[in-house]
Amino acid sequence: METKNIMIVGVGGQGSLLASKLLGRLLLTKGYDIKVSEVHGMSQRGGSVVTYVRFGDKVYSPVIDKGEADYIVSFELLEAARWTEYLRKGGRIITSLQKINPMPVITGAALYPEDLDKKMEARGIIVDQLDALTLAEQAGSAKAVNIVLMGHLSRSFDFTLDEWMDAIEKSVPAKFLELNKKAFLLGREA
Amino acid sequence: MKQLMLGNEAVARGLYEAGCAFVSSYPGTPSTEVTEAAAKYPEIYAEWAPNEKVAMESAFGACLAGRRSFCGMKHVGLNVAADPLFTISYTGVNAGMVICVADDAGMHSSQNEQDSRHYARAAKIPMLEPSDSAEALAFTKLAYELSEQYDTPVLLKMCTRVAHSQSVLETGERTEVSRFYEKNPQKYIMMPGNAKKRHPVVEARTKALSDWAETCEINRIEEGRDHSRGIIASSTAYQYVKEVCGDQYPVMKLGMVFPMPEKKIRDFAASVGELIVVEELDSFIEAHCQSLGLAVTGKSLFPCIDEFSQNLVARLLGSGEPESGVKLEEAIPARPPVMCAGCPHRGLFYTLAKNKITALGDIGCYTLGAVPPLGALDTTICMGASISGAHGFTKAQDGKADRKTVAVIGDSTFMHSGVTGLINVAYNESNTTVIIVDNSITGMTGHQQNPTTGYNLKGDPCTKIDLETLCRAVGIRRVRVVDPYDLRQTEEAILEELETAEPSVIISRRPCALLKYVRHAKPVVVDSKKCRSCRLCMKVGCPAISMKDGVAAVDHTLCTGCGVCTQLCRFDALRAGEEV
Repeated sequence: METKNIMIVGVGGQGSLLASKLLGRLLLTKGYDIKVSEVHGMSQRGGSVVTYVRFGDKVYSPVIDKGEADYIVSFELLEAARWTEYLRKGGRIITSLQKINPMPVITGAALYPEDLDKKMEARGIIVDQLDALTLAEQAGSAKAVNIVLMGHLSRSFDFTLDEWMDAIEKSVPAKFLELNKKAFLLGREA
Repeated sequence: MKQLMLGNEAVARGLYEAGCAFVSSYPGTPSTEVTEAAAKYPEIYAEWAPNEKVAMESAFGACLAGRRSFCGMKHVGLNVAADPLFTISYTGVNAGMVICVADDAGMHSSQNEQDSRHYARAAKIPMLEPSDSAEALAFTKLAYELSEQYDTPVLLKMCTRVAHSQSVLETGERTEVSRFYEKNPQKYIMMPGNAKKRHPVVEARTKALSDWAETCEINRIEEGRDHSRGIIASSTAYQYVKEVCGDQYPVMKLGMVFPMPEKKIRDFAASVGELIVVEELDSFIEAHCQSLGLAVTGKSLFPCIDEFSQNLVARLLGSGEPESGVKLEEAIPARPPVMCAGCPHRGLFYTLAKNKITALGDIGCYTLGAVPPLGALDTTICMGASISGAHGFTKAQDGKADRKTVAVIGDSTFMHSGVTGLINVAYNESNTTVIIVDNSITGMTGHQQNPTTGYNLKGDPCTKIDLETLCRAVGIRRVRVVDPYDLRQTEEAILEELETAEPSVIISRRPCALLKYVRHAKPVVVDSKKCRSCRLCMKVGCPAISMKDGVAAVDHTLCTGCGVCTQLCRFDALRAGEEV
């Protein structure tokens, strides 16, 4: 199988590490070769962060380069727009509608661009948007945005719901299991 | 059973399986998780040392006592530990000793992009370089075997993309190893007479390891269809080459980058047309090939700056890269890392900036005080440089200018290498004001304990070094503590100390707002009718504050109710939660 590439992008602290952990667990049980590349350290402090998930028969590079991503899963609209060059032809952006102002916007040095979703679509990019924050709150916690997004991503793959749920059970603490399962289903149905 | 494991966790697994019993490290991205993961194995004693030099010397002591030992650090940490490094190369080991150093090509979280491989050659210590998690585990175990077989410490070189990537591996069982310590002054006391006899031993060892490099399995040749080119690579560069070329060209994959084989490389060069070395950062493998008199292409084609990727390798090898996706015409504002909402450092940096104070900074979260709108720092060099720098700055200015210079250093960085600078301030009597930003944790690397927190790596209570007592003990008479959430108190203390003709320490104390035990106050509320849109509250650079429809707005999901902004508002528009 040719290597599949998923980028998970967002703002430091939004929980992308749990999303990649969940994907990794699932893909491992399916017998793929996998590489997941994360960023730790300074950029975690509210900066732009990206996690690369690659799987296939044999994966060499731990990173995804421009023109390679099959999916970009984004926690935030501006971050989705930041990485469009990484999308391959026919690739898909799955993004939360949430907007978080970066410091240059807060200080007035830059503007948060308007209608980014429409501008991306106007350039022929497939943009699949959902209100992941509201769905996560509905499930019981704003922190479950990551699992809502994974739920929505799950529609693009042939893995069974049981396989996803099994991976969730292995990835989250027991006391948050029901919340996360609910968040996953809300994302999957959105 | 197959597992998906982070490169750093794989090194820790390797430590466990190899019977390592002692780990001492100082945290530093991208090396930190090795030691954190090692601490989870009950069979391994693991600790945070105050700095890398102490860690390496402790690990040496442990191997001398007969147990396999380890220390881990980031690339710049090896600079701090370079002193013992060069001499334990001479003494060799008793039980095996492994030193992990993690480079940061691309400077994701570092102040420079130095290439640690030079240390292996300079200190004449073998260096293994894994390219994924499975190799990280296997090479760690191999490193101990080499260490004991060749009587040498062994360097294990990681880099950000290997350290912080998860890949598939299979784990094994632990084997316990222990040796007896026997007194051996000729081997372990490195005074000139003995050291002179050890140096030839080191040279012979390097020769023996070069011979091993000729036949060892970790230096392997992967056959290719097209012999017009042959590529030598290691670490992530190998992964990018394979990603791009597959089995097109023969590839020599080096698992040990010092010492390197001679005959094996000559034979490989003779079997291919153009010999190409693909390596991140400096010319190292290429320089070795050149020293053998071989015609080689390396840094004339590949940059010595930044990390590589598959597209870069494809482009430079002329293999054709994928078409980039759409680039939006829209300017996408950058999103640099920022000080968190509620960060205790914010009030301090606001005060420094407001009073136009020259602040020599240090390494930690508080380096973010340099970023607009605060822009409160003047330098960042290395661990501890704030205090010694401020000492020199102040001495050079004595009597010539208004003294408006301070050093800003974190609690963990102060314990690492700030205290020696402070001793110099006291001893040589400079009118330096040192501000220790004490957030009661090592913040930047993700909340590691340090000697001032009262807890050890395993999370157990332990001796807490008292900063005030320590500063007084080294000869500073003026030591005071302020709460950086209280802007007036902070400003008064700084201005008063700057006007006093005597060295001083101000401890700006407030635990990191991200610590689990820190209780947050109710979010600040905005009385939008009172807001005059003066934007003064925006000057603290808090990610929770923005202007919406011309008036200040506070993001309740981010605000911790620290109250710094409420002290700035002159119109009473920002107030502590629950009041309005």
